[in-house]
Amino acid sequence: MDMKVAKKLGLKERYSLMTRDLAWDTTFHKMEDVFPQTTYEGIKIHDWDKWEDPFRLTMDAYWKYQSEKERKLYAILDGFNQNNGHLSVTDARYINVLKLFLGSTPPLELMAARGFSMMGRQMNGAGPRVACQMQAVDEYRHFQTQIHSISNYNKYYNGMDEFAHQQSRMWYLSDGKSFFDDAITAGPFEFMVAIGFAFEYVLTNILFVPFISGAAYNGDMAAMTVGFSAQSDEARHMTLGLECIKFMLEQDPDNLPIVQRWIDKWTWRGTRKLASVGMMMDYMLPKRIMSFKEAWEMYVEDNGGSLFKDLARYGITIPKCFSQTIEEKEHVSHQSWIGFYMKPEATPFHTWIPTPDEMDWLSEKYPNTFDQYYRPVLEYLDQQEKAGNRFNNKTAPMNCQVCVSTMKFNEPGDPMEMCFRESIYNGEKFHTCSDHCKEIFDNEPEKYVQTFISSHQVLQGNCEPDGTDVNVPDFKPGQNMLDYWKLDKRALGDFNGSEDQKNFAQWREQATKN
Amino acid sequence: MAIDLRTVSITPLRQTFGHLARRMGADKPASRYIEATMDLQPVENFHYRPTWEPQYDIFDQTRTKITMKDWYALKDPRQYYYGAWTLARGRMQEIAEGDFDLVDEMGLAAAYPAAGKDEALKVFLPLRHVAWGSNLNKAYVSSYGYGIAISQAACYASMDQLGVAQYVTRLGMAFNDLDSLADAKAAWLNGAEWHELRRYVEDLMVEKDWFEVLVAQDFALEGLLYPLIYERFNEKLNAAYGPVFSMLTRFQREWYGETTKWMDSVLKVAGADNADNKAQLAAWIKHWRDRAVVALKPVAALAFGAEADAVMDELVQNLNARAAKAGIAL
Repeated sequence: MDMKVAKKLGLKERYSLMTRDLAWDTTFHKMEDVFPQTTYEGIKIHDWDKWEDPFRLTMDAYWKYQSEKERKLYAILDGFNQNNGHLSVTDARYINVLKLFLGSTPPLELMAARGFSMMGRQMNGAGPRVACQMQAVDEYRHFQTQIHSISNYNKYYNGMDEFAHQQSRMWYLSDGKSFFDDAITAGPFEFMVAIGFAFEYVLTNILFVPFISGAAYNGDMAAMTVGFSAQSDEARHMTLGLECIKFMLEQDPDNLPIVQRWIDKWTWRGTRKLASVGMMMDYMLPKRIMSFKEAWEMYVEDNGGSLFKDLARYGITIPKCFSQTIEEKEHVSHQSWIGFYMKPEATPFHTWIPTPDEMDWLSEKYPNTFDQYYRPVLEYLDQQEKAGNRFNNKTAPMNCQVCVSTMKFNEPGDPMEMCFRESIYNGEKFHTCSDHCKEIFDNEPEKYVQTFISSHQVLQGNCEPDGTDVNVPDFKPGQNMLDYWKLDKRALGDFNGSEDQKNFAQWREQATKN
Repeated sequence: MAIDLRTVSITPLRQTFGHLARRMGADKPASRYIEATMDLQPVENFHYRPTWEPQYDIFDQTRTKITMKDWYALKDPRQYYYGAWTLARGRMQEIAEGDFDLVDEMGLAAAYPAAGKDEALKVFLPLRHVAWGSNLNKAYVSSYGYGIAISQAACYASMDQLGVAQYVTRLGMAFNDLDSLADAKAAWLNGAEWHELRRYVEDLMVEKDWFEVLVAQDFALEGLLYPLIYERFNEKLNAAYGPVFSMLTRFQREWYGETTKWMDSVLKVAGADNADNKAQLAAWIKHWRDRAVVALKPVAALAFGAEADAVMDELVQNLNARAAKAGIAL
């Protein structure tokens, strides 16, 4: 008799027995003391049991699938490394994509791991807690496999060796750091909207796909395999983010305006973060997948658009920033690359002027903007470089108080005018890069006055190599930035003439000729 | 005879990342565990204070009374990064699957003597809730612990405990007895035998010092509970009725044997760092060990009847010996 009962358990009942039936309401301590974080943001949850599990994976199945994936992944990495796989990439310029990726991505995956661990502790529903814990442990996988896949490149090329040190110090990495610091210091529901939904759902395709496809297009089997191997994890993470939004919206109508504000905020913050993905796609990949503009249209306008149509039944409207992002898709990748080119002494990756062929590709892909606004700048910079007058901007940048991007984006509707906004808080002036960042600032000024902006901090003596005495009489702040960053001189500046360029050419020769 | 295969050999510019070379004192190749662990957690220039606990930084050493000159000294002797951990668990789950299949195919659960089954299930099944509590408490350690060495090991241990809770649930299902799972939950919530143990687990859910949670949950409680149930009680059942329960709880036994190495190493290294740590760890161990004995005695009585005290005494001696071996004098 009993035998039949057990066999008849459906997947849903079985999973429930394996997760939420394990939980109980505590009696020695109040539930609000055990889970103290889920009320202060104003989100109202009446019944945690209404949470629909976005996937039903028990640990035994998880270990089975994941260990199969890991076994294959590491076998491929070992083979790739053993056979000098780094020499099979299209062109040594590609390796700069990996430098950008290593500095910007694994550290953020790590923050996702820690953040989802916190969610896996703090959510007081058993369903979301288990789902968050699984994402946390997946995120450990992701930052570790990413580091492992790039580790071998680090042995041969410059600019990757100090990523761990640079993650909290490098000026251009502080946009990503502020993004995750912002999310993790918010309450648990905002974190879920920020990372689970905006980052992992709305923007993941345009974050993740270009890097991995870029690796595949450019002969980097190591990074490609890591990406493909993470795909099924990412699919799970997307369903979690979406379920979380739906759950909040179904629980109480009062949640809608809060969730909408978060969606607006985090879609914009994510968009700002994507400027560097854009320049990677349009400028750094020797063999391009598609333009950033095309990717934006496909992944954000079309896919994102239909997602928001789907959420309209809950009262969610398309994020406020959407129309501005559509205008900016024709500009940001060019503005970013030119911005980085102009700072040759401040990044651990190389820059270069696109070849004439590549410029033609950009003209074709950006018929409305490239020839008019950006080709003339690049050609001028090229001329100056060839005349021995390479442009070098040595001044500290001005940064947005919210997204920490350097001020380089144009005024909406006017590509020739740089966009600045400012707010006054407690008698002090704060600068932002856009209407959307200004709105984020004005909503929570007490949070955003804290932003660590290295171009300000350096003047206060807070960006000096360890052990520097800032109190000596003739102390001049910011004289030792390369040491503070641990930035290898060989990694700086132009690709043309770099050690990477020479070594790659010589090693490829050695590997392919007698 | 060696076969000498040739590959094109290119001399690398460096062997490893800068932070690892400085840590190892030489530019030499680092293991995948070291690459995946050391010095990766941000320690400076945080942008914002947590809105949920503004008194702390996002990652903050002062969340525990334990201090360390180097938080990455708390290495995992098993060298578990995600890949190594999941491969090890993948092997264990494969074996567990085989055991569950065998019990099912041969009808071993159905053939188990009714008296033994009742005796066993009333001890084993409430433990799925204990494992669930352990999952939550370890999640606390992985969330707020300092450094990736401890946070990742705690994260894996937390997922392991979710696995244990699910294996215990499957054990109930293997005996085709959903009612017994419901009864076990009722006993967990209302039964006098489980009252003190539940109090212990719940108390840890509001304890703020993550290192204390680790000591109380992983060393004191599990250091007594696992040998009590998954070793001694299994042995008793094996002798009386046959080894079915030993088969269906093999995962837990292996897990405990392996995880103990990690726990003991964490204690040893933290205690060796400074005298205050050593004194603090000793105080925590004594406090939580004594409470764990109170919490487990009724369970031991359920399992061992009149012999319960003797069994517990012996297990406490073993736990004390583990602490002593880790250099913590109680």
